[in-house]
Amino acid sequence: MASASHSEHDDHHVNYMAIFWWLLALTILEVLAGIPQASPAYPQLLKGALLVGMAVAKAVLVALYFMHLKFEKVALGFIAMIPLVLCVFVVLMVLPDF
Amino acid sequence: MTDAAAVDHAHGVEPAETPLTPESWGKLGMWVFLAGDAMSFGTLLAGYAIMRGNSANWPVPVDVLGISLTAFMTFLLICSSVTMVKGLDAIKNDDQAGLVKYMWLTVGGGLIFLALQAYEWTHLINLGLHLSANKWGDSLFGTTFYIITGFHGMHVTGGVIYLAVIAMRGQKGVYSATNWNEVEIAGLYWHFVDLVWILVFTFIYLL
Repeated sequence: MASASHSEHDDHHVNYMAIFWWLLALTILEVLAGIPQASPAYPQLLKGALLVGMAVAKAVLVALYFMHLKFEKVALGFIAMIPLVLCVFVVLMVLPDF
Repeated sequence: MTDAAAVDHAHGVEPAETPLTPESWGKLGMWVFLAGDAMSFGTLLAGYAIMRGNSANWPVPVDVLGISLTAFMTFLLICSSVTMVKGLDAIKNDDQAGLVKYMWLTVGGGLIFLALQAYEWTHLINLGLHLSANKWGDSLFGTTFYIITGFHGMHVTGGVIYLAVIAMRGQKGVYSATNWNEVEIAGLYWHFVDLVWILVFTFIYLL
């Protein structure tokens, strides 16, 4: 078991600089999307969707490559997913307050 | 043999290996901790969303908080995540000097981040953004801002100490190509702090 998992480990080579440039580019795009005030030409919903979409993309990049989730056992991925599911649940539970 | 296994199963004895059995129990432990920690941040951000959504006079965050400094802080944390993975890569290749160099660079990134956050807070407090009141609108704007960025800042502080310990142990020659488990686990924590900041930056500053 130990030897098998060891050889697995050295197999993947992540180009960390490529991830870095992606994160940097997305951050710049996020700032550009975040500066203009919402207006009829740039509705708040579009602004929110762009910003949240890019933030989630960045978070996923960090988790998959920097935290190596992509190369881990599936069970570890499930542990990482639990808070996401619970957070959606939390939001849905308080939505009636709006 | 089969009977014995069946009996074991009936008595609820766990098999030696399960799909959850990790290469490293410490790593599994860190992931479980981070999942719990993610819930803390998740509920804080969800609470923020509810309060902001229910408020009639929530200020436009960009107008009060500004973006350029925090965008740079985001950049800094991303860089420190890169130096972290470079450090782990170094020690996997038995490069102890490389590990120590990259670990201290990561610690430095965290320290500059904290210094900038202290500067930002001081600046905002002088402008009139307080914990219980501010001149732009809903008082909860200041409350949520300081609690969420403060909670994150405490994580960065803890991370800086944690990584400094790893760097010092690296200097003592504790880690090697066959012993880098602790470095990887510390890295998981640091990347998580980076990941959370990506979300805080978006939800608190940009949206």
